[in-house]
Amino acid sequence: MWNFIAKRVLYLIPLLVGVSLLTFLLMSLTPGDYFTELEQNPQISPETLADLRAKAHLDKAWYVRYGYWLAHAAQLDFGYSIANKRPASDLIFERLWNTFLLSFAATILAWGIAIPLGIAAAVRRDGFADRACSLLAFAGLSVPEVLLALFALMFAASTHWFPIGGSQSSDYYLMNGRQLFFDKLHHLILPTLVLGASELAGIMRQMRSNLLDTLRAEFVTTARAKGVSEGLVIYRHALRNAINPLLTLFGYSLASLLSGAFIVENVMAWPGLGRLTMESLSKKDHELVVASVVMATALLVVGNLIADLLLAWSDPRIRLK
Amino acid sequence: MSAATPSPPGHGNVDAVPRSPGQIFRERLRRKKIAMVGAAILAILYTLSLFAGFFAPYPYDRIDKERSFHRPTGLCFQGGRLSVRLYKKVAEPATYEASADGSAAALRFFAKGEPYTLFGFLKCSTHFLGVDHPDAPLFLLGADQFGRDILSRLLYGSQISLSIGLIGITLSLSLGMLIGGYAGYVGGGVDFTVMRVCELIMSIPGLYLIMALRSVFPASLSSTLVYIIIVAILSFIRWASSARVVRGMALSLRERPFVLAARALGQTRVRIVLKHILPSTFSYVIVAATLSVPYYILGEVVMSYLNVGIQEPEASWGLMLNAAQNHQYVQDYPWLLAPGGAIFLTVLAFNFLGDGLRDAADTKSA
Repeated sequence: MWNFIAKRVLYLIPLLVGVSLLTFLLMSLTPGDYFTELEQNPQISPETLADLRAKAHLDKAWYVRYGYWLAHAAQLDFGYSIANKRPASDLIFERLWNTFLLSFAATILAWGIAIPLGIAAAVRRDGFADRACSLLAFAGLSVPEVLLALFALMFAASTHWFPIGGSQSSDYYLMNGRQLFFDKLHHLILPTLVLGASELAGIMRQMRSNLLDTLRAEFVTTARAKGVSEGLVIYRHALRNAINPLLTLFGYSLASLLSGAFIVENVMAWPGLGRLTMESLSKKDHELVVASVVMATALLVVGNLIADLLLAWSDPRIRLK
Repeated sequence: MSAATPSPPGHGNVDAVPRSPGQIFRERLRRKKIAMVGAAILAILYTLSLFAGFFAPYPYDRIDKERSFHRPTGLCFQGGRLSVRLYKKVAEPATYEASADGSAAALRFFAKGEPYTLFGFLKCSTHFLGVDHPDAPLFLLGADQFGRDILSRLLYGSQISLSIGLIGITLSLSLGMLIGGYAGYVGGGVDFTVMRVCELIMSIPGLYLIMALRSVFPASLSSTLVYIIIVAILSFIRWASSARVVRGMALSLRERPFVLAARALGQTRVRIVLKHILPSTFSYVIVAATLSVPYYILGEVVMSYLNVGIQEPEASWGLMLNAAQNHQYVQDYPWLLAPGGAIFLTVLAFNFLGDGLRDAADTKSA
């Protein structure tokens, strides 16, 4: 077990280096840099610009800059954001926390609703509940997150029950700890609903088909033949075995969760990593882009690792090597 | 693996005349009502899109500043003819009310209107619907900020949204099949390298990579170029996952007798991959293709919505949704969300069809 974790963590390093190299290369290929905008300004002489670029090391070749960046990244310093005049790490961790919070809340919500619905659909196969759930699943899989987020904003604007976007009220600096917590929670509700709703459908369908598969298994027939009550058969025998494949799905769904969070963050102005990436891309703040992409990737791979560990923990037949 | 295995005894009906795998597949598919509904919706949507110029009452860029945010025009019967109501602006900004006297202008089918080109070369000026009255706009789904007809823009925009999926799928699947099939068949160093590259691409959360790739190109380009860039980026990211699956299939297929026979006959590697390995993966590929078309449609929507995709004055569904970004607008003029409905319908239809195809191709179930 520990061996497996150590191996996977070691494997993360070349992967993240590869991702940072790819993003750095892409950023060096982008036309212009942070100072390009200033070129239009007649008050700034070309010499000053060259000076500014030299100070930001933008006059060096990209691989030289990448070498510097990598050496610093090894010490958890992910470069410097020229646009914000702050170390990228400060910005990233703030935003990473927001993205994590949103994704985590949405996951809890989606799984909490999808699993009971999936069970209900499987138990009453082809019944009304099943059909309604399957229709709901199709709708959930097909509705674009952008549209859901726009609906949520529209809802917030017309009822005034929820804030319209953002993650904190404008007077947050006047609040004490408790108020801050509830303010954040209040802002979190709508983005969570949007992201959770779009994740729900896939999990529900998977739960239903897993449970249906297990209900066909021989040990379920045996349990029924012994005269075990139907409730016990479903909840004690079948359900426990149907949960395992879902943990694999959890690993897979992380990628779509992060992409979904990217959309929700950008449409609903939730200050997470995705929004930071878009902001820094438009300002051509390249080191910050690299840092955000690397962090988002790290979030995804670590999530996958956790999913694998959960699977091993819940299914004793799996031996991790 | 393929649709070739007939249904196991005791499940399927035993016919006197043996049926080909294709026939069995088609019959199973025809029994899936929901898949047929999806196929029908798609047929209608693609027809509308192909003849967008004909079905759209106006060109996508016809601006009518006097009628910004015009409400959807209602239809009524007047003098036995289908007519469109007339509206008056009663307040600024953009509040319209139907004329009190109930006046309306008669609709005309196959009316002459502004010229357009069909399929890029056929010059034409007959529209499906038109109004004679010079003062009567035909905004069946309302108008946007610049007084452009939303229905017309929706139809022209569908040419982008609906074609992007088909082209993207063709690109990424052929790339994925060729690379994955070859890597799986050859194995060794090629396989190792290809799989590490796939893992690298797949481990970056999709939209982060899309946006980083997009920023390599200048922000403002002609719409055709942007379209090509969007397709290229989306396919570049997507080929990795299909390459992995096809590679897994190729890995098991290469040990099959028919592949060994081909090798014994001295066929080249490329030929074996193309002629023997890849055809056996078709049933997976068709299902995967149908189910991943929405990825391309939604990819374009997100990119255009975030202003890095198709640019004004061209129409695309994502770009049109961008106008709904302002929540004040959406509250007052909810018809701005119409492209959202179009996206939903299209993606739903693809999911219906893909789901049916998957069930029909899955020969293990009854």
